[in-house]
Amino acid sequence: MYSGKVMDHFSNPRNVGEIEDADGVGEVGNPVCGDMMTIYIKVDNGKLTNIKFKTFDCGAAIATSSMITEMAMGMTIEQALEITRDSVADALDGLPPVKLHCSNLAADGLHAAIEDYLKKKEAGN
Amino acid sequence: MGNMYPKIRGDNKVVRIYMDHGATTRPDPEVVNAMLPFFNELFGNASSLHTFGQEAAQALICSRKTVADFLGAEPEEIIFTSGGTESDNLALKGIAYLKKNKGKHIITSVIEHPAILNTCKYLDEIGYRITYVPVDDQGLVDPADVEDAVTDNTILISIMHANNEIGTIQPIKEISAIAHEHGVLVHTDAVQSVGKMPVNMDDLGVDMLSISAHKIYGPKGVGALYVRKGTRLLGLSQGGSHEMKKRAGTENIPGIVGMAKAVELAEQRLEGDTKYLENLRDTMIRKILDSIPESYLNGHPTKRLCNNVHVRFSYVEGESLLMMLDMKGVAVSTGSACSSKSLEPSHVLAALGIIPEKIHGNLRITLGHENTMDEVDYVVENLIDIVKKLRAMSPIAPKD
Repeated sequence: MYSGKVMDHFSNPRNVGEIEDADGVGEVGNPVCGDMMTIYIKVDNGKLTNIKFKTFDCGAAIATSSMITEMAMGMTIEQALEITRDSVADALDGLPPVKLHCSNLAADGLHAAIEDYLKKKEAGN
Repeated sequence: MGNMYPKIRGDNKVVRIYMDHGATTRPDPEVVNAMLPFFNELFGNASSLHTFGQEAAQALICSRKTVADFLGAEPEEIIFTSGGTESDNLALKGIAYLKKNKGKHIITSVIEHPAILNTCKYLDEIGYRITYVPVDDQGLVDPADVEDAVTDNTILISIMHANNEIGTIQPIKEISAIAHEHGVLVHTDAVQSVGKMPVNMDDLGVDMLSISAHKIYGPKGVGALYVRKGTRLLGLSQGGSHEMKKRAGTENIPGIVGMAKAVELAEQRLEGDTKYLENLRDTMIRKILDSIPESYLNGHPTKRLCNNVHVRFSYVEGESLLMMLDMKGVAVSTGSACSSKSLEPSHVLAALGIIPEKIHGNLRITLGHENTMDEVDYVVENLIDIVKKLRAMSPIAPKD
């Protein structure tokens, strides 16, 4: 039911973990519903220099979390904000229809981390 | 994912450990051999008067007797069907339609198989009233709740013999006694219990009972409904006068012969299998609970199918567990929301009162007589690693 790329990212997820001095943290989902994702970002000169994630969810959600960290690494904030659920799903050679919301979670998580960074930056100024 | 199975222990053997016998079982070679002639030279229609037909008719008679004997029933009390789902539909609708002028109330439980729950939902939609009795936190129905639910309009009580997810065995004998005191018919879905514990009609006292062949090392697409002599029900498919006019359609002779062989083997193996599986089950449960922190057994510790291990782990999700075990060559199942098409967690686990945060990380491991203690050890060892790996990835797991 899952593509080879999904299975690759699920069985060997990239960028798992936390960043202690993260510039932005995005937390989306709800453990009651069985899906929760936290994304940590480091930003330098407007570019994402490090991204880590932690996910409590199904195989598809772990794969989309891993994929989005790989996609966004090195991107500018503007570019990263343009990553959508569809682009994550496409990068994984598609997801089963019932699992499309998992890619939503990943995109939302990344965007939430960036918003958190921008908010902190604004407060800092 | 066939190419992903790992090789273990340096013997270059591909690991394929099947521990999902609650889903289906591998047909026994003796079952397959018994069926083969009925696909080939013995292909007749059991309704035909010539020799070809009579060979099939003879096989049908013998098979019906084998299944009846196994259940402690008479041959004319056995209706062959396409499986557990059809048997459940026939029992519920067959009684509901026939007795609609007597009453339109049916009692069932909240943890039934979808074949019962969705049939009840359908009957509800067309004007019947359904009472769903609750279960306790180990999945047991209280017969007193069943009795309290009985009204003058109650026509049928249907409570499963053993639950397909958590394996809890229900007090069917007591429920039958209560039902009959009130003049109400009783059906039980025994799809999961047959072959794993004694199932005898006089002992259970039920009026109808559903069984399926593929759960007992028989073929898919065949099952039976036991209907006690004197119990009338309306057939659901109209046509020829097959199966005591309760189920029209040319009989699936290869399937029925296969089911009879499976039943014959189940009867021979029942005692040995039960003891063997209980030992595997209890060893596995103990090893999992002892070696994985925050792991819990779902269901009842003793009133439990001999092959059912149903455990849950905090902070991880069931589908991920299942997929990682699959990559290690191990087949199990889960009632987690993410694994279902509806994205709803299992209605059975919800009925146990497990809090939503903890309902997601569950696994159902259903053992079979082909499984070994070595396989149990292999699965437990891998499960320990997998839970650790997923918890390291989980944002809600406490840090070490």
